[in-house]
Amino acid sequence: MTDYNFAYLDEQTKRMIRRAILKGLAIPGYQVPFASREMPMPYGWGTGGVQVSAATLTPDDTLKVIDQGADDTTNAVSIRKFFERTAGVATTEETSKASVIQTRHRIPEEDLTEDQILVYQVPIPEPLRFLEPSEVETRKMHSLEDYGLMHVKLYEDISRHGQIATSYAYPVKVEDRYVMDPSPIPKFDNPKLEMAAIQLFGAGREQRIYAIPPYTQVVSLDFEDYPFEASKADAACDLCAATDSYLDEVITDDAGGRMFVCSDTDYCRSRRAAGHVGALGTAFDEDAA
Amino acid sequence: MTTAIEIPSAVTPLLRVTDLNKFYGTRIGCADVSFDLYPGEVMGIVGESGSGKSTLLNCLAGHLAPDAGQVLFDTRAEGMRDTVTMSEPERRMLGRTDWAFVHQHARDGLRMNVSAGGNVGERLMAVGARHYGNIREVAVDWLGRVEINEDRVDDRPTAFSGGMQQRLQIARNLVTGPRLVFMDEPTGGLDVSVQARLLDLLRGLVREMGLSAIIVTHDLAVVRLLADRLMVMKDGHVVETGLTDQVLDDPQHAYTQLLVSSVLQV
Ligand SMILES: Nc1ncnc2c1ncn2[C@@H]1O[C@H](COP(=O)(O)OP(=O)(O)O)[C@@H](O)[C@H]1O
Ligand SMILES: [Mg+2]
Ligand SMILES: [Zn+2]
Repeated sequence: MTDYNFAYLDEQTKRMIRRAILKGLAIPGYQVPFASREMPMPYGWGTGGVQVSAATLTPDDTLKVIDQGADDTTNAVSIRKFFERTAGVATTEETSKASVIQTRHRIPEEDLTEDQILVYQVPIPEPLRFLEPSEVETRKMHSLEDYGLMHVKLYEDISRHGQIATSYAYPVKVEDRYVMDPSPIPKFDNPKLEMAAIQLFGAGREQRIYAIPPYTQVVSLDFEDYPFEASKADAACDLCAATDSYLDEVITDDAGGRMFVCSDTDYCRSRRAAGHVGALGTAFDEDAA
Repeated sequence: MTTAIEIPSAVTPLLRVTDLNKFYGTRIGCADVSFDLYPGEVMGIVGESGSGKSTLLNCLAGHLAPDAGQVLFDTRAEGMRDTVTMSEPERRMLGRTDWAFVHQHARDGLRMNVSAGGNVGERLMAVGARHYGNIREVAVDWLGRVEINEDRVDDRPTAFSGGMQQRLQIARNLVTGPRLVFMDEPTGGLDVSVQARLLDLLRGLVREMGLSAIIVTHDLAVVRLLADRLMVMKDGHVVETGLTDQVLDDPQHAYTQLLVSSVLQV
């Protein structure tokens, strides 16, 4: 028994959000305004993503929630619990078993499929905001494809740091039309934005939804002489030996000990389960014991 | 009898303004303004404060929508087009390619939180330049042309003097080789000595690049130095036009006579 409608939001609100999602899918990369609702959690906790997930989930869905790639952080756990309680949907930590994945700041390492939907929590949806504070003006720039300013930002990066220093929320152009903020994912993830799954982006405080349909062209902005690079730490995971995954640097003791581990906890776990062992790792069975 | 528009010479005007009107409610901004500007010509618009100079300039540059009249511009692709009725994307494209606009206050025409190089490079990037090294090279070259040292290329305009900011604004505007430059009181608000240097610089650029320009000012010294032709405005109307020297040395209209004799505090 629950006092809530399925997935907390009332049906009328969900319909309104679904219309925004469909419009977003029809115009890839375009920010669709929507009437964001109060959610029982503070802004910054992913209220935009939660509303998009609520409008997307059906009783048959299996939900995965990650924060910086991990299923077990406070933010991920509380959102997962929220939907367990309000929607009664099955949840999982396994990327391949999820039909809807809500994420903050990462794209899973494992390739997603056409049967999956990836929902991003977005803090600031407007990629032009930092140089042009006027919303009226940025909207006009989008509608007129007046994007010189976006490269000014990258130019400033190079002139100040000798390279494009932007490493998160790296701007992209979608289907050769709209410039879009991919949310604060590391630029390592940018090439994965061209994927088989549906990608939905929700910004609660800023009341915007945008989307990338499956197999849409997504190009990271750059200069000919400073081409985009999907960089990561030049190391292997110390637990699973993966060299192709995005790594977090973790401090292990007071003596300054450090190790690199996959930020995608499910990816790391499944590799260890398959027998991969990193430089500082132990065999998976012992680890679990 | 024919109703065809007579073009007075074989050369097509760059800009043809006919019966332009702009009202603010019932107040006249500017009224019944008509003139032609030919390629390579610099037109000065003078008149006391409130006479409608800025209103007219903003209507010409597409920043304000006039209530009546035409502003025909000789576009590269399609010849004479009315910029009043063309679509906003087309007008904006002109605004970042063939037109330039120098504001009286540099901060209105610059991005104050972007380096000098980024300010000059923006128009290049807006029209598709995607090679950092080339953009920077052109930016440095333009800084040199407006007498700003190369080592200031990464400084923000907030660190510049008023005169330097204005020169930076000019570089930012001229970098894409615009065919028509609008200037609203480009030397206004600067110290007299700084004004003189800026005027010399502008005169050099106008000659060197063969610029076509419309310069609004209340300072007759500015038009004496820069303008081939003059339009004198009063209460939103053009009261006298002619070659600069003729108008200044032999003013016909009583108001122009007052203006020239400096009786009016303008
Ligand atoms: N935004 C506005 N709203 C109402 N009246 C305006 C506005 N801008 C200018 N005016 C009026 O239009 C007339 C012409 O002003 P303006 O074009 O600024 O003259 P100038 O540039 O010659 O000083 C003045 O009477 C002025 O008060
Ligand atoms: Mg004025
Ligand atoms: Zn790992």
